[in-house]
Amino acid sequence: MDEILEILSKDARLRPEEIARLTGKNASNIKKTINQYEKDGTIIQYKAVINQDIARANQSFVRALIEVSITPQKDVGFDHIAERIYSFPEVLSCYLVSGSYDLLIVVEGDNIQTVSNFVAAKLSPMENVRQTTTHFLLKKYKEDGQILKKAPQRKQLNISY
Amino acid sequence: MQIAKKVQLLAPSGIRAFFDLVLNMKDVISLGVGEPDFVTPWHIREKAVFSLEKGFTSYTSNKGMPELRREIANFLSHRYGINYHFEEEMLVTVGVSEGLDLAMRAILNPGDKVLVPEPAYVSYGPVVELAGGKPIYLKTGIENRFKLTAKQIDQACTKGVKALMINYPANPTGASFTRKELLDIARVVKKRNIIVVSDEVYDELTYDFEHTPLVSLPGMKKYVIYLNGFSKSYAMTGFRLGYACGPSDVIAAMTKIHQYTMLCASITGQIAAIEALKNGFQDVADMKREYMRRRRFIVDALNSIGMTCHNPEGAFYVFPSIKSAGVNSLDFAKNLLQKKKVAIVPGVAFGKSTEGYVRMSYASSYENLKEAIRRIAEYLGKPYHSATA
Repeated sequence: MDEILEILSKDARLRPEEIARLTGKNASNIKKTINQYEKDGTIIQYKAVINQDIARANQSFVRALIEVSITPQKDVGFDHIAERIYSFPEVLSCYLVSGSYDLLIVVEGDNIQTVSNFVAAKLSPMENVRQTTTHFLLKKYKEDGQILKKAPQRKQLNISY
Repeated sequence: MQIAKKVQLLAPSGIRAFFDLVLNMKDVISLGVGEPDFVTPWHIREKAVFSLEKGFTSYTSNKGMPELRREIANFLSHRYGINYHFEEEMLVTVGVSEGLDLAMRAILNPGDKVLVPEPAYVSYGPVVELAGGKPIYLKTGIENRFKLTAKQIDQACTKGVKALMINYPANPTGASFTRKELLDIARVVKKRNIIVVSDEVYDELTYDFEHTPLVSLPGMKKYVIYLNGFSKSYAMTGFRLGYACGPSDVIAAMTKIHQYTMLCASITGQIAAIEALKNGFQDVADMKREYMRRRRFIVDALNSIGMTCHNPEGAFYVFPSIKSAGVNSLDFAKNLLQKKKVAIVPGVAFGKSTEGYVRMSYASSYENLKEAIRRIAEYLGKPYHSATA
């Protein structure tokens, strides 16, 4: 990965001037490169990684991983039906996977009922969906490379030779 | 109790009090540590944990586990083309610190002189003295980017000089030697027939050129005691693990002392080190890349606030001048600590003649470095803008 992208993927708040100082490159060139990345879709968006368990501590929400088996369609394979599924705002992620089912989707709702309703009323009735298996998520440990538990403070001396 | 004279005479000085002050202070931003801010990579820690679960808690062979020594031999041969036999020419030590001590005790007779650069890592002088030798300090300065020169070594080789200690990349200055500079030094070493104790523990953190072990130069094997370890490259300081390589007679002598005084390095550390050598290559590369960025940042930032700072070639230290502040390095460090809660190490800690400089470690997060620079600028009364300066 390009060094600029590597740095931004760790901290998107760094300004081009700061990236310039870290990499020894020219700030205006970095600005140009970043603009290009934004234009061509390499950089999709900038956002904070939020620990939902803390941020939404007083709010109930559930997440489920749903395995979906599909009958592929002529010419378009899985893509068309995948699009119909991922267009629902309840669907946070959608992956085509190898193995005993086809799509793995991540769905979020206020409670078990809303997720169940989504499966029963929207997902299962689709004509190419053959079978679904819903796994409700019980606890999140790590997401997108980020361990969610706050690491204990390391005990390093303030000073040493 | 009556303490031995030799120990009483070892320099504790005002630095100790400063260190105690720092250690007891809370909420300090520290650029004062001599160790990586990374945690030991998980695959290495996991091996150590697993070995404890399996019950590997015994002594090992005095020289260290044969599997580890084989890995070290392998690594040195592939990385640098240095060939040491894992049985005869290698000893696993409790950090490079033990290696330094063993080397001195193994080679020095009472009164033998040892050339020690100044500034240098704090233990160099004391281990010479404790072994009955006499350190001869060779002053280095900014005019030669804190490097000893071959000429300087040659001129210092008077009667009774038995050995030379070098450390590159260096703690505290970050200075390192190029291959060409080492070739010059090697020529003098051969001419003067002295032993070189070469502490290359920061070898993997060399930024502007390839690190060249002195011993890899033609005909140097019989002059060099090569010291290295796992602390800096793999962020394993707390495991306390290093190794010494050299001619079989000196390694046998060092092993003799080691078996009576240390017995062996901890088995947990040794098992972790095997994993580090086998699978740690990427970790080293990642950490190095990160340090390089921080080095660029801190060198620029310090220069921009009037603390003249040369670009160090390795390790994770900068050694800026504080001459513009008009106080000595100990007072500078003390004031900065008390007024702005930033911890650094006064240059004088690394040698009596090393005034006018301080050591700052950039083994600290970018956020920390930025905040530290902001506070130092404030302390100096200089404007500083993190993005535009």
